[in-house]
Amino acid sequence: MITRFLWQGMGPGLRLFTLLVLAVGILLPLANQLLPPTSPFHVPAWVLQLIGKYLCYALLALAVDLVWGFCGILSLGHGAFFALGGYCMGMYLMRQIGSRGVYGNPLLPDFMVFLNYKQLPWFWHGFDQFWFAAIMILLVPSVLAFALGWFAFRSRVTGVYLSIITQAMTFALMLAFFRNDMGLGGNNGMTDFKEILGFPVQADGTRAALCFASAVALALGLVISAAIVGSRFGKALTAVRDAESRMRFLGYRVEGFKLFVFVLSAAMSGVAGALYVPQVGIINPSEFAPGNSIEAVLWVAVGGRGTLIGPVIGAFLVNFGKTWLTGALPEFWLFALGALFIVVTLLLPKGIMGLWGQIRDRSQARKAQGSKSGAEKARVPA
Amino acid sequence: MFLFRSLAVLFSALASLTIAVAALAADLQSLVTNLTAGSFGDRETAIGALASSGDARAAPILEALGAGQLYVRTSDKLVVIGKPSGNQLTLTEAVSGAAAGAATESELERVRVNNRLRGIIEAAVGSLTLMSPDARVRRGAADSLFKRPEPAALGPLDAAIAGEKDARVKQAFTEARAAVVLASDATAQQKIDAIGIVRDRGDREALSVLQGAANNAKEPEVKAAALAAAETVRQTLAAWEAAQNVWYGISLGSVLLLAAIGLAITFGTMGVINMAHGEMVMLGAYTTFVVQEIIRTSAPHLFDASLLIALPLAFLVAGGVGILIERGIIRFLYGRPLDTLLATWGLSLVLQQAVRSIFGSSNREVGAPSWMSGAFQVGQINVTYGRLWIVIFALIVFASLILLLRKTSLGLYMRAVTQNRPMASAVGIRTPRVDALTFGLGSGIAGLAGVALSQIDNVSPNLGQGYIIDSFMVVVFGGVGNLFGTLIGALTLGVVNKFLEPYAGAVLGKILVLVFIILFIQRRPRGLFALKGRSVE
Repeated sequence: MITRFLWQGMGPGLRLFTLLVLAVGILLPLANQLLPPTSPFHVPAWVLQLIGKYLCYALLALAVDLVWGFCGILSLGHGAFFALGGYCMGMYLMRQIGSRGVYGNPLLPDFMVFLNYKQLPWFWHGFDQFWFAAIMILLVPSVLAFALGWFAFRSRVTGVYLSIITQAMTFALMLAFFRNDMGLGGNNGMTDFKEILGFPVQADGTRAALCFASAVALALGLVISAAIVGSRFGKALTAVRDAESRMRFLGYRVEGFKLFVFVLSAAMSGVAGALYVPQVGIINPSEFAPGNSIEAVLWVAVGGRGTLIGPVIGAFLVNFGKTWLTGALPEFWLFALGALFIVVTLLLPKGIMGLWGQIRDRSQARKAQGSKSGAEKARVPA
Repeated sequence: MFLFRSLAVLFSALASLTIAVAALAADLQSLVTNLTAGSFGDRETAIGALASSGDARAAPILEALGAGQLYVRTSDKLVVIGKPSGNQLTLTEAVSGAAAGAATESELERVRVNNRLRGIIEAAVGSLTLMSPDARVRRGAADSLFKRPEPAALGPLDAAIAGEKDARVKQAFTEARAAVVLASDATAQQKIDAIGIVRDRGDREALSVLQGAANNAKEPEVKAAALAAAETVRQTLAAWEAAQNVWYGISLGSVLLLAAIGLAITFGTMGVINMAHGEMVMLGAYTTFVVQEIIRTSAPHLFDASLLIALPLAFLVAGGVGILIERGIIRFLYGRPLDTLLATWGLSLVLQQAVRSIFGSSNREVGAPSWMSGAFQVGQINVTYGRLWIVIFALIVFASLILLLRKTSLGLYMRAVTQNRPMASAVGIRTPRVDALTFGLGSGIAGLAGVALSQIDNVSPNLGQGYIIDSFMVVVFGGVGNLFGTLIGALTLGVVNKFLEPYAGAVLGKILVLVFIILFIQRRPRGLFALKGRSVE
């Protein structure tokens, strides 16, 4: 019944899109597993890995869009939630290595043996169980988001101030995780994973399963987001974005709305990070770099903020461009990325999803100009 | 008769003098020979004897012994000093100083010393060089005696104090004498007086001398005095350390001020978030690099003026780029701060990559002119000229900016546009022009900061990135739209950072400061010195 309720909350376009995501997540792994390598429809493992990565990025973009596009909170620190989820997964994967590490210590991961740890730090306990790691993946980013949001929203830190605070947060976390005595692998991070849930991480079958899991996570994210955005709660959220003070005067507790969506978005980012780590095989502090978080914001901006399909499309397009350009013209990539930031904000404020509307508006304005001189230009909300 | 007698006296005096000199030489000869014989214990006695002879020629011999360059020639048992030249050693006679040919290592036998003896030798050389004509050598001798007091040096020291004319050297001698007294068997009263002198010196060496005296003292009153004095010195040292931290903090704060003050204009007064601000700093640093390269190749004699030449150029380059940015991008985004943030971030990526393509991604070398290198002591604080100039420069930039905003018509327009744009426009101020100039000014100041930062940081395409978050923190902490807030904010954060560093380490200190600011902004979202009234919304 709940599923039916959720399903009806989505528009037809979004339903189709969610099914498309699921279809990609099912068909590609199947094409990899069932078809022989000689078949023209066989999908090689590296494509699966790439698509799996993009799906995780898309989920992160969706999380950013949920707070930015629908609630007006521009977070420049979502990369931190993503990385925290990734670290939780990394800790689980490290504990699964067991005595197969270079030093063969059954309890301590290699880097701890290397750094002369005598016993497991307290926060590593429990991570040998998957269920515990799964809870932590949701809990750790949520708690951080709750703590930050609680302070920030209550004292009405908004707009660019909030952006700068979130950026400082991820910067501080990056510095902290670079330290060896954090007990989380220092600047090398965690790598050399062996198996997940008993399956070898490197195997094609595991890759196919992870790609599928990422697609399911993204579809679930889309459904949940659509349910929130489409509900009365979502309407209030959009109203907070457009006129926060007015909502407050009308008697709504604005902080509560913001806090809820911020925490939910952080948990989604954590899941994305957790699925990302076994697919790329490494997690290190550079994931906290402020640039990563801003890039995630760009995916949303390219696809179209305030829509649910846009961020997914944006994440796929930008990352496809990145994969292609860093291979073909490596020194050109940063120029392209930088130019994209500028072009999108100047010319495509509503992203690709808003492109059609923009063209239509313009042609209508032109028609209107023919009949009535000095027509007002349509203003774009920030 | 008188003449005869006086001549006889003169002759006998001369004769006795010659005999004395000969005896002295013979004496030195035997002392030196003693050095080469017997066990390490015997050698120690011989070194002491040589040191107390007070003979100036003994110093180079002892130095050679300490450096392992004193040899005995196997063929004729002559004691020689050997300086290596090529495969052979050039020999000089130890006693007379005359050249004695050359020899290979196998024809000689080295006079061996151990670490203990090396310490004794150093002290002995110290007491011997007390009479050196060079004041710097004399002070060095006093210092080495202070660190390794030798009771035997008391006599030479007293003589040296009596003959000394340079007040600073005399002070050093007196302190060394006090340390020597503490190490000798002097009376309790003498020792307590000496403790007073050592206490007034008040540095780390004085502390270790006092602790040594407290440990070795037999008389209880001396021990008590030494402990009390050591405590006083410890307090003095702590005070100096705090002062040193304050100085380092001010130095760091002035760097933050330079990096943030341009931002205080663009963000603080215009409300434009410029994430490419760090890249303006980087452009300034690279301008300095280019200026220095040109000077190196075409006009090397101008090198000392290179920074002065670079300053206006860096201002123009960064300011010009700033005006281009404002006209090309930012003016379309007024009223959309989040979009401005994203667009300027993209711009910063482009600028970084452009500089990387032109200059390469490795660090570039920017030299320091002669007037910026070197250091001097203030009490126990070591002040480098480079840091001092940066502090002064930051304050000059700050003061000129304040003057510009308060006393010039451009400053008046800027403040007017900031406070009420439509009204300013209505009275005839061309607001777009003022916007461009304001942004150019902020960027130009960032360029000036780049010239200063090129002296203390690596000039690389990533130079600016390291400062952007810190700069925003300073501006937000100090209060947006308030230049004095930026000054106070920068200095406070600099000093706090440096005080946290010894306890928490550099990285953790930085993290703590960031956390502190995040919490601080929660309490006072508008910074330390908030603007009041409706204009802030």
